Amino acid sequence: MGDQHSTDAAGESFTAEETQALKTLVEMIIPASQEYGLPSAGDTAIFTDILATARSQQVEVSTALSALDEVSQDCQDGDFGALPLDQDVLAGVAETFRQRHPAEAGLLAAITAQCYYRDDRVMRALDMEARPPHPLGYTLNQGDWSLLDPVRDRPEFFRKTP
Amino acid sequence: MTEQPIDVLIIGAGASGAAVAWSLAETRMRIVCLEQGDMMKPADYPSTGRDWEARGQSDFAISPNQRRLAADYPIAEEDSPIKVANYNGVGGGTVLYAGHFPRFHPSDFRVNSLDGVADDWPIDCATLAPHYAENDRMMGVAGLPGDPAYPGDNVKRMPPLPLGKSGEAIARGFNKLNWHWWPSDTAIATEPYDGRDKCINLGACVSGCAQGAKASTDITYWPHAIRAGVELRTRCRVREITVDADGMATGVIYYDGDGVEQALQAHVVVLACNGVGTPRILLNSKSTAFPDGLANSSGLVGRNLMFHPYASIMGVFDEALDGYKGPGKCIRSQEFYETDAARDFVRGYTFEIHRGFGPVSTALMGLQRGRIPWGVGHHQAFRGLFNRIAGMVAICEDLPEEHNRVTLDPELTDSDGIPAPKISYTLSQNSRKMMDHAIERGSEVLRAAGARDIMTQAPISYGGWHLMGTARMGLDPARSVVNDWGRSHDVKNLFVVDGSIFVTSAGVNPTRTIQALALYIAEQMKQRLANLFD
Ligand SMILES: Cc1cc2nc3c(=O)[nH]c(=O)nc-3n(C[C@H](O)[C@H](O)[C@H](O)COP(=O)(O)OP(=O)(O)OC[C@H]3O[C@@H](n4cnc5c(N)ncnc54)[C@H](O)[C@@H]3O)c2cc1C
Ligand code: SF4
Repeated sequence: MGDQHSTDAAGESFTAEETQALKTLVEMIIPASQEYGLPSAGDTAIFTDILATARSQQVEVSTALSALDEVSQDCQDGDFGALPLDQDVLAGVAETFRQRHPAEAGLLAAITAQCYYRDDRVMRALDMEARPPHPLGYTLNQGDWSLLDPVRDRPEFFRKTP
Repeated sequence: MTEQPIDVLIIGAGASGAAVAWSLAETRMRIVCLEQGDMMKPADYPSTGRDWEARGQSDFAISPNQRRLAADYPIAEEDSPIKVANYNGVGGGTVLYAGHFPRFHPSDFRVNSLDGVADDWPIDCATLAPHYAENDRMMGVAGLPGDPAYPGDNVKRMPPLPLGKSGEAIARGFNKLNWHWWPSDTAIATEPYDGRDKCINLGACVSGCAQGAKASTDITYWPHAIRAGVELRTRCRVREITVDADGMATGVIYYDGDGVEQALQAHVVVLACNGVGTPRILLNSKSTAFPDGLANSSGLVGRNLMFHPYASIMGVFDEALDGYKGPGKCIRSQEFYETDAARDFVRGYTFEIHRGFGPVSTALMGLQRGRIPWGVGHHQAFRGLFNRIAGMVAICEDLPEEHNRVTLDPELTDSDGIPAPKISYTLSQNSRKMMDHAIERGSEVLRAAGARDIMTQAPISYGGWHLMGTARMGLDPARSVVNDWGRSHDVKNLFVVDGSIFVTSAGVNPTRTIQALALYIAEQMKQRLANLFD
């Protein structure tokens, strides 16, 4: 393992290899899409958010990444971050990782989704306003209350007590 | 310096602790409530930030074992398929609850007489009626009178929550099958109420309502109780209740926010720590007179734990529904609420309709359930689910079984070294059959409503949010922990007012009934002040 670290204010850090493996993985989980005009989860702003979030679960994320490397060594004779960027190769390793380590894979996917779906560009592409729910809130239609008419006409049907 | 004994000491500032504190305040007694958590700051709730969904998995997670805040205590729950959900702070579970607020039915108090299972309650629905009404006034309830599933349902409430697109779609499904549904009663203000603003559809009810529309007791009962003179002390974690030679409670030993041991003496002790926290304190309060824990001569403290096994049935629709907009709740169905001899289980359940999910929850659900792939295809699959999932959960009546219980873990402790609770719980055959039934019927509704794909889960493993039965009420001291007005059979100045005292669980969410019971017990105490300990 190298000695280059990506460090946050609290001093927690991932090695350069861990950072690279994470970046490769998140890009694989959510790739860019030309069709929908969307960045990948490895996009600079999104990945910065992912790294910061991952640091708050440093131990669990590092454990998950070393499990990923183990699988990658097994399948491709190399650490995940050092593999060629061939989608089929990466997808194959990722699939084995999910099968062998579902909890660890689930953690990394959850962090990826949490950060991806709060990015301004992603939210706008989903027709969402890029803002938190509070204080503006949202509008909700009342809906068609006449749907209740048949239920109103129904006789009381609760059970009588002795 | 030792404090002078106070009149009434309440442990726990959640749903029931707040109600009992407010009600007793009019006596002008010196009342202190000790709460292990903090006062809430709604301006810091997740919905005020872009990371609102992520915080629902961290500092606002519903599992204390995941949240792990200073106020939380760990729970050993490996021996339970259903994990505890709670919140430890002023407001207790109501800080995170969804605010679905149905009442019990008269039949819910008479399960043994009607179905020959479990026990009847020592009180009935009519006894609680005025207290339901008083609690509704304090909390603020939205809904619609006239539900044929309830007798004489004519109480005026605030207007119900909007049906929205999701409620409308699912209501159509129920109508096609000719099955009952009704707008849910909710503890959510749909118009300004008691100084609180109305719901603006943030959709984040289960991580705290920053708008103040959802009735959590930190913003309903507590401001009134504090103004009326009740003292609320936060960051005070009770270890045990102390007793004297006559077997009367003398007060508590607790740890303050700095972890320093303190003692507080009181003439009356009221437990309001919920169906897990209350038996934990009682079992931790061992003495020569009470070697098996306090108030436990029946051996039933911690036993008969009921959760409400939940089944989740979600449909994927072609058209866009409400998604993340609006409170999760809107309508309910009690078509399958009462026992039907034609079915292979007794008792029944309520369908609580769920409006939809935010983008992160949608992605996680899709990834976990194989509906969204990793890699190519992610975006298309996500779009097929986002704003297109709605469905229901079935709240199944859980029958009391003595082997389902809270004990003390021999090793696990909280940060103050107090032994932690351990949950041992198995799902009964009755519950399994009921959940299977709910999944079949719920799927029928969703298909009738137009869903093209259905995702189910039973039980919801993280769904132990209703904690009941572990210090049950009853007339027979050998078969119950407290009497018919909440006083311990064994310790005449000790009361329990939280969900622990439930005899049976009904097939509805419990909080409205927990609070009505707390007000009823407070009323009994006030009426008997002159001879409270006789
Ligand atoms: C995510 C979620 C959703 C829910 N949705 C609904 C719903 O829609 N409808 C519904 O009816 N119910 C719902 N509930 C359940 C509801 O929150 C509870 O029924 C209700 O809060 C229980 O009230 P209680 O007074 O028994 O205990 P709680 O409200 O849990 O209060 C107990 C209090 O005691 C304190 N305490 C415990 N031990 C100690 C100690 N040793 N020392 C000092 N203080 C202590 C705790 O910190 C806590 O504040 C939900 C709960 C959750 C978590
Ligand atoms: S939806 Fe309504 S009740 Fe729920 S958090 Fe938002 S404002 Fe509060």
